[in-house]
Amino acid sequence: MSGSRDGYYLPNPSAWPIIGSIGLFTTLLGLMLFLNEGKTGPWLMGFGAATIIFMMFGWFGRVIRESEGGMYNDHVGLSFRMSMMWFIFSEVMFFAAFFSALFYTRSLAVPWLADTDLLWPGYEGGWPTAGPKGPLPIEADTVVADPSRQFSTIGAWGIPVVNTGLLLLSSVTVTIAHHALKMNERRKLIVWLGITLVLGAMFLFLQGKEYAHAYQELGLTLGTGVYGATFFMLTGFHGLHVTVGAIILLVVWLRCLRGHFKPENHFAFEAGAWYWHFVDTVWVGLFIFVYVF
Amino acid sequence: MATAEVASHEGHHHPTGIMRWLTTTNHKDIGTLYLCFSLTMFLIGGFMALVVRAELFQPGLQIVDPHFFNQMTTMHALIMVFGAIMPGFVGFANWMIPMMVGAPDMALPRLNNWSFWILPFAFTMLLSSLFVPGGGPAAGWTLYAPLTIQGGMSVDMTIFAIHMMGISSILGAINIIVTIFNMRAPGMSLMKMPLFVWTWLITAFLLIAVMPVLAGAVTMLLTDRHFGTAFFDPAGGGDPVMFQHIFWFFGHPEVYIMILPAFGIISEIIPTFSRKPLFGYTTMVLATACIAFLSFVVWAHHMFTVGMPLAGELFFMYSTMLIAVPTGVKVFNWVSTMWRGALTFETPMLFAVAVVFLFTIGGFSGLMLAITPADFQYHDTYFVVAHFHYVLFSGAAMAMMGGAYYWLPKWTGHMYDEKLGKIHFWLTTIFFNVTFFPQHFLGLAGMPRRIPDYALQFTEFNVISSLGAFGLGLSQLLFVYIIVKCVRSGVRATDEVWERPRGLEWTVPSPAPYHTFETPPKVI
Repeated sequence: MSGSRDGYYLPNPSAWPIIGSIGLFTTLLGLMLFLNEGKTGPWLMGFGAATIIFMMFGWFGRVIRESEGGMYNDHVGLSFRMSMMWFIFSEVMFFAAFFSALFYTRSLAVPWLADTDLLWPGYEGGWPTAGPKGPLPIEADTVVADPSRQFSTIGAWGIPVVNTGLLLLSSVTVTIAHHALKMNERRKLIVWLGITLVLGAMFLFLQGKEYAHAYQELGLTLGTGVYGATFFMLTGFHGLHVTVGAIILLVVWLRCLRGHFKPENHFAFEAGAWYWHFVDTVWVGLFIFVYVF
Repeated sequence: MATAEVASHEGHHHPTGIMRWLTTTNHKDIGTLYLCFSLTMFLIGGFMALVVRAELFQPGLQIVDPHFFNQMTTMHALIMVFGAIMPGFVGFANWMIPMMVGAPDMALPRLNNWSFWILPFAFTMLLSSLFVPGGGPAAGWTLYAPLTIQGGMSVDMTIFAIHMMGISSILGAINIIVTIFNMRAPGMSLMKMPLFVWTWLITAFLLIAVMPVLAGAVTMLLTDRHFGTAFFDPAGGGDPVMFQHIFWFFGHPEVYIMILPAFGIISEIIPTFSRKPLFGYTTMVLATACIAFLSFVVWAHHMFTVGMPLAGELFFMYSTMLIAVPTGVKVFNWVSTMWRGALTFETPMLFAVAVVFLFTIGGFSGLMLAITPADFQYHDTYFVVAHFHYVLFSGAAMAMMGGAYYWLPKWTGHMYDEKLGKIHFWLTTIFFNVTFFPQHFLGLAGMPRRIPDYALQFTEFNVISSLGAFGLGLSQLLFVYIIVKCVRSGVRATDEVWERPRGLEWTVPSPAPYHTFETPPKVI
């Protein structure tokens, strides 16, 4: 490898990025064909996803070996930390787009639509709404007999408030694990990070139950007008990010079991923890603006 | 790590041929890849523009059918914005930023490779959409719903291509920001950085802030198309205007993403050929930051005629006009830098001066468009087309050409052919104005954009514009020839290349060695 005088690690040429590009392209090509009734779509998607997973094992495996091999000095570590912060900022902006869609439709578009009697006479607006052509909203958490005419929403004080507690608690446990790592108390680290993972899994399980409940009993689906669209896209992308965060923490946990990380140098742990706090914060926003109000 | 150790690792592990370029982690290699990619896309996108201009040479429909015409206008814009201008500037950033701040390479070299190598795949997806049933995307580069909800599978391909370009841009921007914050040589304080580095720092911030918003917007399009959501469908309580809001929240910072690095390049060129330091460096930095901040609160000036409350129209009108202040500061600073300087007009300087002059024309027509009541007349006419080509071609693209002439000797070790360079400059500048100046008149007279036919009274100006466009397109072949010639041969360039230019890049040999500043330079 080449390097610089102050020891900033500069990696050799690597084939992993181009493999990642091929995987990304194949996955999206497959998805595109699948959406347009192409028969090869799912196969291409599977191949692409496998390529991406292969790339991640290879690329991250390489980085982990380099890290454990002591090739990264503090200067490199700072680059990693800064990148992770900016990456999380980009994720914040991605969620901002969907939150904006929620605020815009709810406070501007729907009232305007209801005010214009020319287009949809008799449409009253309000929130939740599935639009002038969609089913009518009824009280939250009520089982709906005919989903083509009615839908119900998920109340904040059932599963969602439990999920809020789970995620907030998991942010605390991951911080306890972090302190344990800094104090070099490995057992405590493994236990508390493990508890964090269990809490994350419980969150995802309850979220899955809630989705099934919405689809099967409440008549609330992705297609339930703009309410269903914003509800499922916001909570869905959040759930996806919790999944990704949990996978990151799982890998970190497995590395902890193998004795990786040092009290003064543990970038992957920090990155995973930051990401976890980020999904936690997004959830608080979701709980307030999607469920409570 | 000692120099000897570096040398011992040089020989092995460095693939040659195509594998060198596929696997490279070197910022100069990746910069070259970006620049070559950008030039290729510039020629492909330019060819599509010529299809458009050929059809508009005469009134009536003669060469292409209207649907294909729409595909050409859409693809021309997508390719020029995402394929030519943005990667072009990232190429400059890759080559120059590590050398300008005294860093051995970019902060995350493997990620840097990935940022580039996503792009050819993204554009393969985008370009191949021209050949699927129903043809390519034809809704304009702004991808407005509901047109894009109704389009064929090419819209899906465009959406996924944009997702890929977004990943590439975000990763590239993260790399640039981290390089600037974390890789500067000792003594290179933020306020000592060359202005090109400053403009890229702010550009990278804009990219990280708005590319995810575009990703969100096109994701909503995708789910509206295939998964039954109703974001943009009033029947379900959605609103097609919402797409425009989200798109332009990305779109307006995006136009500064395309111009700020251009400001950076000419802020490097003008001092060198004026033999004076840049006038008002601190105000330049502050003006750039101001422009970036304002770019987030002006987006709805792209949609004055869509139906907005009066308060909205007024707010977006005033905030837009406010941008003229920091931009004016920049223009005055460039002029003041030249004031009483020992000016010479080599090709890079000619381009820089032309950019200051022509971009200012584009800025003024932008001010006209910012005035809401006046915009009701100009909206969606050729006046808008003229405006954004004055800022994007004679702003962004010509600044890149100037930058290419300015740094080519440093990159290749050869001087470019000065005589041919000047010919290329004059051909480009004259044909550019022949092409786009008449479009102001066409727009003011009411000729709508994105329509393949027009009323007879618009014929003369369209003929002039089309002739200019073909001249402009052919002149760029000369640009390619000059670059190839410069890479292959030419007078050996000195390390300084120009007369006492400022900046660390001129302290290393020409051509710049594969690895520079492995020992950080001392910055005084």
